[in-house]
Amino acid sequence: MNVIEVKKLNKIYNESEVKVQALSEVDLAIEQGEFTAIVGPSGSGKTTFLNMLGGLDEPTSGEIHIGGTDIRGLSSSQLIDFRLRNIGFVFQAYNLIPVLTAKENVEFIMELQGVSKKDREARTMELLEAVGLKGRENSRPAKLSGGQQQRVAVARALASKPKFVLADEPTANLDSKSTENLLELMEELNRKENVTFIFSTHDQRVVNKARRVITLEDGKIIRDIRKNHTI
Amino acid sequence: MNLKLAWRNLWRNKRRTLITVASIFFGVLLSTFMTSMQEGTYSRMIDNVVGFYSGYVQVHAPDYWANKTIEYTLPVNDSLLKAIGNTPDVKTVVPRLESYALLSFQDNTKGAALLGIDPEKENQMTNLAHWIDRGSYLQNGDDGALLAFNLARNLGVEVGDTLVVISQGFHGASAAALLPVRGILKFPAPTMNNLGAYIDLNAAQDFFSVPDRCTSIVLMVNGYSRVDQVKSRLVAKFGNRYEIMTWDEMDPLTKNMIDADRSGAYITKGILYALVGFGIFGTVIMMMAERRKEMGVLIAIGMQKHKLGTTLFYETLLIGLVGVIAGFAVSCPLILYLVYHPIPFTGETAKAYEQFGFEPVMYFSAKWFIFARQVLIVFILVLLVYLYPLAKTARLRLTKALRA
Repeated sequence: MNVIEVKKLNKIYNESEVKVQALSEVDLAIEQGEFTAIVGPSGSGKTTFLNMLGGLDEPTSGEIHIGGTDIRGLSSSQLIDFRLRNIGFVFQAYNLIPVLTAKENVEFIMELQGVSKKDREARTMELLEAVGLKGRENSRPAKLSGGQQQRVAVARALASKPKFVLADEPTANLDSKSTENLLELMEELNRKENVTFIFSTHDQRVVNKARRVITLEDGKIIRDIRKNHTI
Repeated sequence: MNLKLAWRNLWRNKRRTLITVASIFFGVLLSTFMTSMQEGTYSRMIDNVVGFYSGYVQVHAPDYWANKTIEYTLPVNDSLLKAIGNTPDVKTVVPRLESYALLSFQDNTKGAALLGIDPEKENQMTNLAHWIDRGSYLQNGDDGALLAFNLARNLGVEVGDTLVVISQGFHGASAAALLPVRGILKFPAPTMNNLGAYIDLNAAQDFFSVPDRCTSIVLMVNGYSRVDQVKSRLVAKFGNRYEIMTWDEMDPLTKNMIDADRSGAYITKGILYALVGFGIFGTVIMMMAERRKEMGVLIAIGMQKHKLGTTLFYETLLIGLVGVIAGFAVSCPLILYLVYHPIPFTGETAKAYEQFGFEPVMYFSAKWFIFARQVLIVFILVLLVYLYPLAKTARLRLTKALRA
């Protein structure tokens, strides 16, 4: 079953005198439980593509269906709510709320969803344990290492029970050990809980772990490789 | 969570928040102090005008106030006094007969007001006996007089001396009498010390040939705020039969002076609060600029803009609230102390005050609205400043914010 279906997706930036075609006629389908890396050189359109999939930016033309919903038809407010309930985000710079503890950062999403205090506390502890941060739940981000912060970010992304998690260069700021630990964690979550992960990355270690690798160049998909076969 | 987030965000940059809170603190402190001093002074001025002499409301014969002669008197009897006294919010009712006379002692002659009063009722209302400096207060039916301090000094009389009093009575009848001085009155309000001589009401009615008549019935009411209501009730009760005037209609000078002084103070306080407002605004601008990316992240992960706006509103409100509470923590005890310990002026300042007819004492007021007004002003400032983060949040472009 496809979680994401993209048809003839185009994005043209008109910000300067020169028009920039960031994405061109992109077609893509991603199934539930995939562990997919989107790779490509800088300026190839990886972040733009991820922003489109996450409903953070509007395409110039084309369709994006997530779980059967055409997100282009949603209003700004509906789109925020859609993201809250369907998409988890992991950012390159972690982007945790600095004034909240690890536990509060994870709980925050569920509070926005209106989950009861009891349920969200239970799930937060479960997630923090899963990402190996039990005992650090009351630490603020500044007191955690980069790797630990990114683990909190993963827990936060999963807190809302999303259809998929978008991770934009999640290992870019991590050392090799933290990268390895994070990838193992995400792989385990993918395997055990069937969470769909989509990464944009330059990191070969991430590419090696991915079971599907999509290569973008000049806004076009030039390669789509599944580890067991190539399309 | 919104409130918790707002509170913690507030202390992310402690120094900046404390500077902003300090600006509100000083604004509130100065403004409450200034307003308290003004209101205390105004209240005292009104009390002086009302409590020592005019009362809050007076009932006259028609056109008395414009002419102020003995020809415009009204007949006074118990039923009229009772009808006025029964009006809701009327506390005391005191009849008076007022006119002017020449007062002589030895080679000195002075023109002054001659006030016929009911000594007992007058004392109940204006506490006149309290201001006896020398001698004794009048008894009912007394044939003597009480003289205001400056008048006694200018005439060179002392208690026990006898004055010659000459005036014109009703319909041009000549009025003359000898009045032994029973006492000298010294008021805290300098203008009152020039006023004139007080005699018994019956003696005054005989002197001016107006038996059972008065020029004014003076009323005290249950507080300043009831004055207009009492006037309306009396007008409704008596129609055009009497001229009914409130203290500020009788003494527009005091009223205008208070209004003019208030207007001047509004400008000063306006400038003060504008500075405070810009202080808060500066902080909010910096907060918004620093946290643009964070706001982008919050919206990206699913926080609705209106919820983000609420958090930002709480932040702005909390800055104001902390500043107001800090300001009140100092201004409340200070003002309460000053209410009970007014500041007396001495030396040249005191003389200058007296020359202008003011009591040389700085009074303070602790009326609730002085404090409530500060809360309201800071709240309005917060609302105005909040327009900026509100607009910024509404216009936030997610992809740009995330790249910030």
